[in-house]
Amino acid sequence: MKNKWLTYPYLVWMLIFIFIPLLLVLFFSLTVRTPEGLAFSFENFQRFFEPIYLRVLLRSVYLALISTIICLVLGYPMAMILAGNNFKRKNVMVFLFVVPMWMNFLLRTYAWMTLLERQGLLNTFLSFLGLPPLNLLYTQEAVVLGMVYNFLPFMVLPIYSVLSKIDRQLIEAAADLGADQVTIFRRVIFPLSLPGVMSGITMVFMPAVTTFVISRLLGGGQFTLIGNLIEQQFLFVGDWHFGSAISMVMMVIILLSIGVLSRYDKEHEGGGLW
Amino acid sequence: MKHYLKKFYAILIYLFLYAPILILIIFSFNASKSRGNWSGFSLHWYFELLQDRQILNALYNTMMIAVLSAVIATLIGTAAAIGIHNMKKLKKKVIMNLTYLPVVNPDIVTGLSLMILFVFINLRLGFLSLLLAHITFNIPYVILSVLPKLKQLDKHLYEAALDLGATPLEAYRKVILPEIMPGVVTGMLLAFTLSLDDFVISFFTTGSGVSTLSITVYSMARRGINPKINAISTILFLTVLLLLMIVNIRMSGNHSKKER
Repeated sequence: MKNKWLTYPYLVWMLIFIFIPLLLVLFFSLTVRTPEGLAFSFENFQRFFEPIYLRVLLRSVYLALISTIICLVLGYPMAMILAGNNFKRKNVMVFLFVVPMWMNFLLRTYAWMTLLERQGLLNTFLSFLGLPPLNLLYTQEAVVLGMVYNFLPFMVLPIYSVLSKIDRQLIEAAADLGADQVTIFRRVIFPLSLPGVMSGITMVFMPAVTTFVISRLLGGGQFTLIGNLIEQQFLFVGDWHFGSAISMVMMVIILLSIGVLSRYDKEHEGGGLW
Repeated sequence: MKHYLKKFYAILIYLFLYAPILILIIFSFNASKSRGNWSGFSLHWYFELLQDRQILNALYNTMMIAVLSAVIATLIGTAAAIGIHNMKKLKKKVIMNLTYLPVVNPDIVTGLSLMILFVFINLRLGFLSLLLAHITFNIPYVILSVLPKLKQLDKHLYEAALDLGATPLEAYRKVILPEIMPGVVTGMLLAFTLSLDDFVISFFTTGSGVSTLSITVYSMARRGINPKINAISTILFLTVLLLLMIVNIRMSGNHSKKER
């Protein structure tokens, strides 16, 4: 079949709207504006390694890591429950984890704003119990909560899909050979579930480290993350060169972590969207 | 005992996932502006929505962009998938990796790189730039939905059609296309949903005056709580839920066919 031309519109489209834009980001990150015009320079990258900006990067990585760990600790048992259950409504239970992933994350974040704010439901409940109201919104904890809430399904689903494919006979064999429950988990189930854990970690860490919405809405702009920094550079400060440099650093971090983690993850090669 | 512990844990997790959404929906029917007290059922905030020009405008933009970008992405993506399917292994691999790039690249980078491009070529940021951006991030998802259908296809079907006297165009239109149609429709629905749902890329590629629902929600939420957002959320949530159920039923239908 000679129909290679069918891909040409796509290739041209991707060249114009994916490839060239990324080249432009690279170009801007490596240039600075001088009185004589644009000049090649590493200044933008050097500037990023100044303490104030480095602190933003560290804070983003730190908060994303904490959220990832909480998601793993909460999500792994949940994935085991989903995979181990044999009852009829299993499909519905799994579907209930898919639905929130598709609900606009802006709205999911907003939902927590209404719960945590000063006159929100949680504080109303506290005052009903005769307790003083708490400052829940616009704290670092609120940002972490927002990340965990938004990304928990991204941890549960990949682990679930790997766990549910584990051969039952392996577990029985281990039991026959005298392993107790803990040993079976430690030596058989957990190592086999690692690909799912790895892709779960990628899928939580990535959006958590790049977000600017959760930190803006639940952190109230006090906790600048790397995403907020990029947003500011492009939309308020107007320094595209520095903004591009930060984006390049972020892209490298993300693509590296995907590269490292995907070596454990052979499952998703076929392009599993869910 | 252990069984109850599991059940209890599962209920807690589902409560954590759904309670905030449910409370958001319930308070969209609250008569007063309060978020802590229930003061009676009312559709007040929904009527407010209907009178808000800015929101209606954003709704119109959102729908137009979702429909147009889904249709155009489906056309380009389906054609590309057929071409990619017939490629040699190495070339296929290179193009598939290119296809995954916008899927794995952070949205914020895709958004701002497109913004740079549009400003660079002097395209005014607004409806057209939004549409182009949405088509761009939708195409890979269409390709990824159509390709599996092509893999299931009998290789000789196309040749058989040609042997029976069909022109290549007829063979595609009357034989190949009907066979891969389920994948095409799924891809289009997926593209529509993703477009409806997008915030980050739209946020960077729009200009003043042109806004989508999520951009409107963000700028309202940044200023604080507004019960109108609850009403928009409820409508959007139910729409996406409905679309998702349709896609899900279609996909599980495909699976059972494959097994047969």
